[in-house]
Amino acid sequence: MSATWPTIELAVNGETRRVQAAPMKRLLDVLREDLGLTGAKEGCGEGECGSCSVRMNGELVNSCLVPVLQAQGACVETVEGLAQDGELHPLQEAFLHCGGAQCGICTPGMLMAATQLLAQNPHPTIAEVREGLAGNLCRCTGFKRIFDSVLSAATQTTEPAHKAAHAR
Amino acid sequence: MRGNAEAHELIAPGSLETVLALLAEAPGEWTPIAGGTELMVAHAAGRLNAAKLVSLWGIPDLRSIEKATEALRIGACVPFCDLRRDETVAADFPLLAEAASWIGAIANQSRATVGGNLVNGSPAADSSPALLVYDAELELISVRGTRVIPYAQFHSGYKKNVLESDELVAAIRLPRRFARHRQYLRKVGTRRAMAIAKVALAGTALLESGVVKEIRLAAASLAPFPTRLPKTEAVLVGEPVTDALIASARETLLAEGQPIDDIRSTASYRKGVGANLLEEFLRCLQREGAEG
Amino acid sequence: MSAHAKTRIVGAPVHRKEGVDKLMGRARYVDDMEREGMWHGATVRSTIPRGLICSIEFDRRIDWSEFAVVTAADIPGHNHIHLIFADQPCLADGKVNHCDEAIVLLAHPDKHKVREAVGAVKIEYEPLPPVFTMEESERQKVVVWGANNLLKSFSLEKGDVESAWASAARIVEGEYRTGAQEHLYIENNGMIAEYSAGTGVTVWGSLQCPFYVHKSLMAIFDLPEDKVRVIQTETGGAFGGKEDYPSTIGAHAALLAMKSGHPVKLVYDRMEDLAATTKRHPSRIRHRTAVDASGKLLAMDIDLATDGGAYSTLSSTVLSRATLHAPGPYVCPNVRVRSHAWATNTVPYGAFRGFGAPQAIFAIERHMDEIAAAIGMDPVDLRRRNFLHDGDTTATEQVMREPVILDHLLDRALAESNYSAKRREFARENKTNPVKRGMGIAAFYHGSGFTGSGERYLNSLAGIDVTAEDKVRVLVSSTEFGQGTNTILTQIAAEALGVEYEDVEMAPPDTGVVPNSGPTVASRTSMVVGGLIERACKQLVATLQQGAGLGESFAREAFFAACVRLRRAKGEVVSLCRYEAPPGIFWDDKKYRGEAYPAFAWSIQVAQVAVDTVTYSAEVEEFWAVQEVGRVLNPVLAGGQIEGGIAQGIGYALYEKVLLQNGHMANNQMTNYIMPTAEDVPPIHATFVEIPFVHGAYGAKGIGELPHDGPAPAILNAIRDAVGVSFTSIPLLPEDLFARLAVRAPVEETVTI
Repeated sequence: MSATWPTIELAVNGETRRVQAAPMKRLLDVLREDLGLTGAKEGCGEGECGSCSVRMNGELVNSCLVPVLQAQGACVETVEGLAQDGELHPLQEAFLHCGGAQCGICTPGMLMAATQLLAQNPHPTIAEVREGLAGNLCRCTGFKRIFDSVLSAATQTTEPAHKAAHAR
Repeated sequence: MRGNAEAHELIAPGSLETVLALLAEAPGEWTPIAGGTELMVAHAAGRLNAAKLVSLWGIPDLRSIEKATEALRIGACVPFCDLRRDETVAADFPLLAEAASWIGAIANQSRATVGGNLVNGSPAADSSPALLVYDAELELISVRGTRVIPYAQFHSGYKKNVLESDELVAAIRLPRRFARHRQYLRKVGTRRAMAIAKVALAGTALLESGVVKEIRLAAASLAPFPTRLPKTEAVLVGEPVTDALIASARETLLAEGQPIDDIRSTASYRKGVGANLLEEFLRCLQREGAEG
Repeated sequence: MSAHAKTRIVGAPVHRKEGVDKLMGRARYVDDMEREGMWHGATVRSTIPRGLICSIEFDRRIDWSEFAVVTAADIPGHNHIHLIFADQPCLADGKVNHCDEAIVLLAHPDKHKVREAVGAVKIEYEPLPPVFTMEESERQKVVVWGANNLLKSFSLEKGDVESAWASAARIVEGEYRTGAQEHLYIENNGMIAEYSAGTGVTVWGSLQCPFYVHKSLMAIFDLPEDKVRVIQTETGGAFGGKEDYPSTIGAHAALLAMKSGHPVKLVYDRMEDLAATTKRHPSRIRHRTAVDASGKLLAMDIDLATDGGAYSTLSSTVLSRATLHAPGPYVCPNVRVRSHAWATNTVPYGAFRGFGAPQAIFAIERHMDEIAAAIGMDPVDLRRRNFLHDGDTTATEQVMREPVILDHLLDRALAESNYSAKRREFARENKTNPVKRGMGIAAFYHGSGFTGSGERYLNSLAGIDVTAEDKVRVLVSSTEFGQGTNTILTQIAAEALGVEYEDVEMAPPDTGVVPNSGPTVASRTSMVVGGLIERACKQLVATLQQGAGLGESFAREAFFAACVRLRRAKGEVVSLCRYEAPPGIFWDDKKYRGEAYPAFAWSIQVAQVAVDTVTYSAEVEEFWAVQEVGRVLNPVLAGGQIEGGIAQGIGYALYEKVLLQNGHMANNQMTNYIMPTAEDVPPIHATFVEIPFVHGAYGAKGIGELPHDGPAPAILNAIRDAVGVSFTSIPLLPEDLFARLAVRAPVEETVTI
């Protein structure tokens, strides 16, 4: 049966990848199962928790709600693409320093939401940080140190999103 | 993940004509899917009954906002993030821009579409009250042509609408004539974000010398589908906003609303708070009437 | 407060040990793992709350030969989950006692096929009458557990409460209720298991207590300890929810592995995790309190009941901690606490951060405000009038030997929150503002470590070794699930050995590698296990100094050089220590008297709340927490514990409701079980006052559970301050506020005599 599935081509973290997959397969499952990128997590499967958040064509999406056919030709960015040449991304550095990650399960999605926020709004207010991260549930931190991390990354970089949005 | 992706067909023809031809060829066989924020949830829960789906995502005709002098035309597959960023929407239809910011959170707004919100037909739909009080019209399209209906006539029952099996919602039209209206919108959700409305109320009103010349009121979660509140409106039109009128309008809304008890709230709360929201709006009008 | 020993690494905000792996997305959680030839498991669960299983039919349209199918009959050893009592079956056998109880297990190479097959197993039942509430259970008309539905009871008595009523200026009564709460760790429960006749059972998974799972698997498989191996994978949140449940899901995965001959992954989705796994115990707590005219407590009579669910699991120990926290941080000459845990036909309630204390503290701290109102006293003054101090005795007659500085914590909390000025300002504004604001406080302790003789029974063993590659490894079964075990224990070892933080790593949390340092629960890891690590390190240094030429003071390089010499002489460099109770500890389990806990952490919390009279929603606008947890080992991690616990406590108070319909959780989706988001959690200000605890690692006491104890009463006290109406039940949702506030003028509800 799988031989009949279409080939989907997408750029993941800047690298062109091709997968044969059922078109209704979730982008999350394609990333995790077909491409071995297990950074994005499944917390709820219904777009509520944000732990599967990735960026697609410069927008933040819940990869559990994207049928992979709709990612045909898309640029997808995941947590695995944040660090460059072994150097942590400024947001990762800030999370490490400020205590923005505890159990770590929401962290990949949280980082992608934060990346999206800073790409659109390099110097957000605390209210804007709260709104930007509201779709990413964290049960450990009470969010405070996550806000601190994002605000600290924002002040430390003039161009926080070093991987700029792939705007259409 | 309870659904099986391999049990569903999904195609993305990429053009509106092809999608419409497909729907016409085999009426009822294909389920349109836009941003997937509703259908993919059903899929994960193993509740997606549609065997064949056709993607509307990325069809350019459906994702444009056209601005004419008289009206704004919003493609049905415009995601809420686009509505939030659009300057004309913000200027002329602030309630819609605000409603767009209520949809889930950022990752939901980037995928959920305004047409999807309407077709899904939840009684709690976030964009509906605003669209209702702006006298929105819907363009329904099929190979047979385009018909335009008032949005207020679109829903016909709980999760039911008047779309024919070969039809799609192509666009939402908003007349640009509410600039002078007083506008109100408030959602009462389960929390500040990622929330489903327990009750929401929208209003637009035109006052002349303290008298209500025109008023439109619409609610979410007060009925099996989002709806205008014609009886409450009727009580208010032509009257000066007085304490007695507010009390009478509250009573009318309590009788007119037909909410339910469910796992998110109670009928009595929805009604009571709906009446409070109405009063909040009317008190604003009352103050303005007094001022000018 | 008091100066502590100068340290290099302990007390420093060093980075989380496994932080980079988590931030890079390369930390491996159980669902990120695959094993060669792995199958996928699924569980067929009861759809009724109580009844006899008449038949199990397998739909013939499915080729069952492709599947591994496991029922109770396949269990090689004992069909029970080993915990405290042996009443909970691993798989229901002949009868079910709650909805979503596991009956049949399935495995198949294709995860979609196994999921679909669940619906093809038809189970016929003969229903029996269920019991859903504590009240029905205590009436005992329908007996659903043991002889009388009583899972456990305790009685604690100090002085003679009956002697006090007559002389009281006022007697104040109140009844307080708390609901169930879901942990909502973002990673669901999951396990992978392998089985072979030669090596036995191996499981990998998301869990807190490797040796709990180990012991349970030994009984279920009837295997000796060396044939069972449990390995913790990176764990995405636990909060007590992965204390006992992993024994069940681990056994299920292992049974499927044995039956199929393949490794089997069993990972729940959110709906299954919410419906089938443990929650916080609901409670009903009644207080009857005598006070004199000055507000001095004369007698406290407390009746405490919890709903334990269908099996005993941890209900007895949760009840114990609730009992011991019920009188609050106050001095009272006459105290009686009678407590009962009742069985009902719901999923068993289990461990959750605070472990009975949040329920008990909700009741006493709400009740203190009611007493204050009844005698016309300020709630702050009433508390201050009755606080425990050094040398006082608690309800169990434990003498407070360490400094108790509640007055100081209270002063700090009032100052930081600007409490008095705000109360005055709000009282003025509330007259005209549709949004009513108020301030509320809660004062409490949380006992660190296991209750009473618990730590002695645990008899924990922990230590370190030094590898040939000059790495120090911490050898513990204490696990990391976000709270900071890896970092804290590494800091302690590095400090004690005089090496760098980077020189120390954690040995894998694998029962085949590490000793049993006890479960990772009860705020015991820093204080108790950390203490063992500190001792083991100092023991190793002494050994090196005595036998391997290490000098009195030494540099890092000299330490490792000495380790090389010791390894040459002895073959290995390892140092283990076993728990020893601090001197003078006495606990009488029968009379519930004596040293209930080796140490207490103390806290004052203040909530600022706004109640919107248009929507009847109550929101916390700002929150302050001042606490004394002994020495703070890592300020970033400690702050994170406090803030996270408070956020969870806010959810407990105002948002999170477990809605049961016919004993099944009806709102078992994240969209319907409402936890606070980034937009709902207010600014939280955590302040530490440090008094090093003599018997804790570098002065540490417990911290993890403390912050969850106070938010609910502080918030409801603030709501009372804001609207003048007393609410006694949580979760307090807008619908509940509406029901009381929309109709009427405020009514005084507390019964006073």
